[in-house]
Amino acid sequence: MSLFAAEEIAINFGGIKAVDGVSFAIEKGEVFTIIGPNGAGKTTIFNLMSRIYDPTSGRLKFEGQDITRVAPHRIAKLGIARTFQNIELFEHASLLQNLLLARHAHKKSNFFSELLFLPSVRRMEIEHREAVEQVIDFLDLQQYRDTLIVNLPYGVRKVTELARALCTKPKLLLLDEPSSGLNVEETEDMAFWIQDIKNLLGITVLMVEHDMTLVSSVSDRVLAINYGRPLAMGTPREVQSHPEVMRAYLGG
Amino acid sequence: MRFIFKTSYNQDIQLFRDKVDLGWYVALVVAVLAVPFLLSDYSVGETSWVFIYGICGVSLMTLVGYTGLVSLGHAAFLGIGAYAHAYFLEHGMPWVPSVVLAVLITTVCGFVVGLPALRMTGLYLSIATLAFAVIIQEVFSHWESVTHGFAGMPVGPPTIFGFSFAGSREFYYLCLFFLVLALWVTRNLLRAPTGRAWIAIRDSEIAAQSMGVNLAIYKSMAFAYSAGLMGLAGALFAHKIAYLAPDIFTILLSIQFLLLVIVGGLGSLHGAVFGAIFVALLPPLIAILRDGLPASFADLSTSTGIGLFHIVGDAIGNFLKKPGVEAGIFGLILVLVILLEPLGMYGRWVKIRVFFSTFPLYKADSFKRQKSYMKTERLR
Repeated sequence: MSLFAAEEIAINFGGIKAVDGVSFAIEKGEVFTIIGPNGAGKTTIFNLMSRIYDPTSGRLKFEGQDITRVAPHRIAKLGIARTFQNIELFEHASLLQNLLLARHAHKKSNFFSELLFLPSVRRMEIEHREAVEQVIDFLDLQQYRDTLIVNLPYGVRKVTELARALCTKPKLLLLDEPSSGLNVEETEDMAFWIQDIKNLLGITVLMVEHDMTLVSSVSDRVLAINYGRPLAMGTPREVQSHPEVMRAYLGG
Repeated sequence: MRFIFKTSYNQDIQLFRDKVDLGWYVALVVAVLAVPFLLSDYSVGETSWVFIYGICGVSLMTLVGYTGLVSLGHAAFLGIGAYAHAYFLEHGMPWVPSVVLAVLITTVCGFVVGLPALRMTGLYLSIATLAFAVIIQEVFSHWESVTHGFAGMPVGPPTIFGFSFAGSREFYYLCLFFLVLALWVTRNLLRAPTGRAWIAIRDSEIAAQSMGVNLAIYKSMAFAYSAGLMGLAGALFAHKIAYLAPDIFTILLSIQFLLLVIVGGLGSLHGAVFGAIFVALLPPLIAILRDGLPASFADLSTSTGIGLFHIVGDAIGNFLKKPGVEAGIFGLILVLVILLEPLGMYGRWVKIRVFFSTFPLYKADSFKRQKSYMKTERLR
């Protein structure tokens, strides 16, 4: 059984078919990449998967469970975490607070115990902190712990988003253009991290990406889409040389 | 310059950063406790306004400064708390249950008002709360069996477990106690998952949601909590003002609360207290200037023999006597704060503190805001 399966998902915005019958299955432990020209519907698929949009038709399955109608805030608890294309961090909070918030799905304290900050709340907070510190170690963010996000450079913000997603302890990680806005060196770091996430942490990764070097170096399988329709699926090499994909990118 | 060496995670959870910090707060508490013995009865009475406004400030700060929901109707919650408390006292209920009930009622009202907040954002939400405040004010004036309408409703001094808080000193300590309580529980929430969820909603709803925050629950919770604190402030307000009438709880009062949190500094509890000091003490300061300035200028004029001082003093005195001057000064200060110090009095305070702690290496650009062009408006 695959970890995640999308079955013929489609969504219309008015008359525009942003996603029009896309199916794919992500196996546990692989890095699966969706590529496509601008406006192909890649981010829309992400938003469907994180339940921000309701699909017009089709079904989403995670670990065999139908999640097509699950509320968006329950997705994190199920084990799906995501990053955003245009960084959506909590800008006026410190990096540490951002990462701690990602532990929200695992919160066990209730409002009244928090009101008095009972010892149980403190214990939980320290547990969350320990989990967060592991991720900080993993991504080398130690020096930025107490810095407000507004004061961080773009590259670090991008890594922080990745860290925040990892802090939810996901089984499936959705990365929306992890390399956009990064320089060559930072992109290489990102590639190493994605491989580490897959190999060391055992997290399955679904990625939307334009940088074909990054895609070929980390992806196990690639799905190419255009105008909301699937074009080709296979290894990075196969998809890149597929005539339909070349036509979509280069025209002709 | 002081560096804090961190050796345990607990250090980031403590109420106070370290022993030095704690020392300063102890000193502050001692000073505040000593005030009634140093000032006149009148001044002590004026100072208890700071504490009542402080609770209002903490209430609105959680909603506006931390959750990012702007309410223009908080005077209504204050009024509901005040009237409920006065009503229960009038019907012979003891003080403590009466306050608890008043807080519960405002909490429920806050929750109900918070429900539309799930669908509305920004300006639209503010207008909805404004409408709520107008409706509540009408209710105050027409529900005469409870509020006595424009005839007004007298409220006696509080008596708790047989102990009377009629004196201005006793009442000062009562208000202080509740302000410290409000600050403490709010600080507790803010360092726990609930507070973080509120901050997350303020900065990015979509990311908060994807991280597992139930927007509906946390937004109504913020509204309910904020309203509850306002109800508590309302109960003390009722005693302080001693006579409730519907025309106290106007839009202007709501705007004054908003002014309080903005001038104090959005997004910090210190700001709520600073703002309260400002809002509570500016009117008496204006009154003192109005009454005292012409006389002292006249003295100056006779002692120096320059007639101009007399004229200037009278002019300032007459100007301050004009109706609406107070609101005008408040407005002017609000505009200046937004233009010159968007982080409010707390922001200024932080700068001063950094200046001294890094002296003589302070750089004026330390706090210069970096312009960013990345915030997306998508998915909003």
